[in-house]
Amino acid sequence: MLSLNARDFQLLLFVAAITMLAPIFLNPFPVDSSLAQFNGGYPDLMQRFVIFGIFAIGFNILFGLTGYLSFGHAAFLGAGSYAAIWMMKLLTMNIIPAIILSIIVAGLFSLAVGFISLRRSGIYFSILTLAFAQMSYSLAYSVLTPITGGETGLQPKLNDPRILDGELAAGETARANLFGLEMGSSYDLAVGGWVFTFNVGYYIAAICMLLAFYASIRIFRSPFGLMLRAVKSNQNRLGYTGVSTRPYTLAAFVISGMYAGVAGGLMVAMDTQAGAERMFWTASGEVVLMTILGGAGTLIGPVLGAGMIKYMENIISKINTTILEAWFAWAPDGLQDVLVSVIYPFVGKGWHLTLGLVFMLVVIFLPGGLMEGFEKIGGLFSRKKGKNSDSVAGSASPAAAE
Amino acid sequence: MSERKDLTRRRVLKAGATATAAGAVTPYFFTSPALADGHEGFRNAPKGDTVTLGFNVPQSGPYADEGADELRAYELAVEHLNGGGDGGMMGTFSSKALKGNGILGKKVAYVTGDTQTKSDAARASARSMIEKDGAIMITGGSSSGVAVAVQALCQEAGIIFMAGLTHSNDTTGKDKKANGFRHFFNSYMSGAALAPVLAKNYGADRKAYHLTADYNWGYTTEQAVQESTEALGWETVAAVKTPLTQTDFSSYIAPVLQSGADTLVLNHYGGNMVNSLTNAVQFGLRDKQVNGKDFQIVVPLYSRLMAKGAGANVKGIFGSTNWHWSLPDEGSKAFVKSFGTKYGFPPSQAAHTCYVQTMLYADAAERAGTFNPCGIVEALEGFEFDGLGNGKTLYRAEDHQCFKDVLVVKGKENPSSEFDLLEIVEVTPVDQVTYAPDHPQMRDAEGNVVPIGTCNPGA
Repeated sequence: MLSLNARDFQLLLFVAAITMLAPIFLNPFPVDSSLAQFNGGYPDLMQRFVIFGIFAIGFNILFGLTGYLSFGHAAFLGAGSYAAIWMMKLLTMNIIPAIILSIIVAGLFSLAVGFISLRRSGIYFSILTLAFAQMSYSLAYSVLTPITGGETGLQPKLNDPRILDGELAAGETARANLFGLEMGSSYDLAVGGWVFTFNVGYYIAAICMLLAFYASIRIFRSPFGLMLRAVKSNQNRLGYTGVSTRPYTLAAFVISGMYAGVAGGLMVAMDTQAGAERMFWTASGEVVLMTILGGAGTLIGPVLGAGMIKYMENIISKINTTILEAWFAWAPDGLQDVLVSVIYPFVGKGWHLTLGLVFMLVVIFLPGGLMEGFEKIGGLFSRKKGKNSDSVAGSASPAAAE
Repeated sequence: MSERKDLTRRRVLKAGATATAAGAVTPYFFTSPALADGHEGFRNAPKGDTVTLGFNVPQSGPYADEGADELRAYELAVEHLNGGGDGGMMGTFSSKALKGNGILGKKVAYVTGDTQTKSDAARASARSMIEKDGAIMITGGSSSGVAVAVQALCQEAGIIFMAGLTHSNDTTGKDKKANGFRHFFNSYMSGAALAPVLAKNYGADRKAYHLTADYNWGYTTEQAVQESTEALGWETVAAVKTPLTQTDFSSYIAPVLQSGADTLVLNHYGGNMVNSLTNAVQFGLRDKQVNGKDFQIVVPLYSRLMAKGAGANVKGIFGSTNWHWSLPDEGSKAFVKSFGTKYGFPPSQAAHTCYVQTMLYADAAERAGTFNPCGIVEALEGFEFDGLGNGKTLYRAEDHQCFKDVLVVKGKENPSSEFDLLEIVEVTPVDQVTYAPDHPQMRDAEGNVVPIGTCNPGA
């Protein structure tokens, strides 16, 4: 189906089912229970899951396949965001032109950066991309303030031209939409104590992610993908056999830049604001973390890594002492204080610490990322042995993903 | 991949159909029966007997100290609203609508989030408070970029935003929103309050050299101080932008002496100001004589936390501030007492403005009789109050900016404790810092007045 082999098609169906049902299984706890803190099924976080999933899938095409470690991908995400917000300010609040322009701008920008950076490989390549990204960040933050809004960033204003949209009715604000369907509108389904929120923006972003995921499978399985893997395993040997690798690596770089552009455009579509700090080097580092945490070179790993990091950033970081005290209210006074003071450094503003520990554990015990963990678990129950030789470098085994 | 085009197109069509189907069953925003009872017709109408406020403060990043102090003030405010503690400024507040039984009889609960002093993170955290925790009001923040970003988000979502520490003109100038309110003062007021004091102490024929942090707040502050001092006869020799990430300002300080300027204005905040002031003092600028006058340094926006960082270098240096714990009025005394009793040290100006904003919101809800953002907006617009530490104050209807006296302060020569670093030189009366809502500094880049829009209840 869809020119995929059976296992890849199963994987795609699996991902489709997961993304479509995410609003339900991300809200496993009733609204009034004390564990509702861990519910992740609200529109903002679900949108972030799939948007950063797209970003990581694209990054994985470059890093996972060719082994080129770019430390500047956030610059393409940021360029895409600025393109999208300008499209919304000048042309229309419809998200389609915004996303198309963000892909074009990010693609052109990555072509320019890649053309220069790919003259070097290894650490020099990483440093060059990092330098470009930091330059973009500094420019956007100060020198280019008239275009980027500087520190304050850009938002749609009441007096923007929006030539295709016509005048706003009095009291209306400009909202991102798809032919009138607003990104912010949601349908709440209350079942017993549970509330499930089905959000338009989330489903549009999820469909974009499925398309991106499908395209990524096709790239992984194509002769082009094979050539990229050859670059990773031994670029010199390719050179000796007379293959010029530059066009392939540049194409991979531009493709992953365009993925970042889609993610940037979608970020603006879901939350109409663009700021310079999404180009900061920590944002570039984050996508590297996502990819490695989930499993570089696997199909679904980067999406898992993105989900994991965004979940921690948004859920763990919001646990404060009051909540901890409520959790341990059953314990005697002294014990409660001990428990709270032991756990507190790892939650709230200490979520980075928890993330760091998880990252260390994964890198030490599961060098292939979370996907390797799933494969190991899958291997325990599988009758077929020794079938996972190609999975770390090549594909994710769907048996494991299921 | 051309031979598979038809399949791809079919996918796209199918995807489109799914989206349309999703849209057909989608009513506008939250309509679930589980999320509304009693109060209706606006977003996140509180259910049950509690009302949730969202405290969105920087817990990590460069302003984490201020964020921690803001959070302390919020916790204190919630305690007072729920009838705990000594009631703080509720006793001195001129409006007596608050009874210490929560807001409109509902117990006040709160959720916290980390802005990281990044617009994206701040908006993500605010959205999770709105979408997940059902917060009815968002407040906090320690930078103008974040304030403008979160204010726009709240306008879109139909939630009230009570700004924390944000000093840029833009927050209630070109980026003002109907659902957003700012109690803190702004760059224009700093300039207007400082200039006469500077002219009185240093003379009206000074040549000023500006070093300005290269981002929006720096620009508006530079412009405000420049225009106010030039109106009194000062001359601006040069205005140089410095990168926000700069930590060593030596290379920027050296040219100051060659320029013929006799006053250095540091439009820096936080760590920037601590470093640039320290560099300037180390270069011996303050011992120099230029144009037959003693060389002077000015810091337009002061905070106690910054004064602490710069240590002895702040002695005798003028600046402006929104509030200081040593103020002798009843409101300030009551606030300092209850904050000090609970935490053991006096509050910062960030803590003060956050506490006041929470009280003002609660009071507005009581007076309006509803949590509906449009009711709150109506109750706050043009609201005059007293007893919250800044004397008589007006929440102006046109731009939702508070107008009140501004403090001009000076680094203290002989501090008696680690908190006693600033002394109040002059309390500039409110009339002197009031400006027209369409003042040129409050307009956008093209010189247009940006309309404030109308309140959005989000449903």
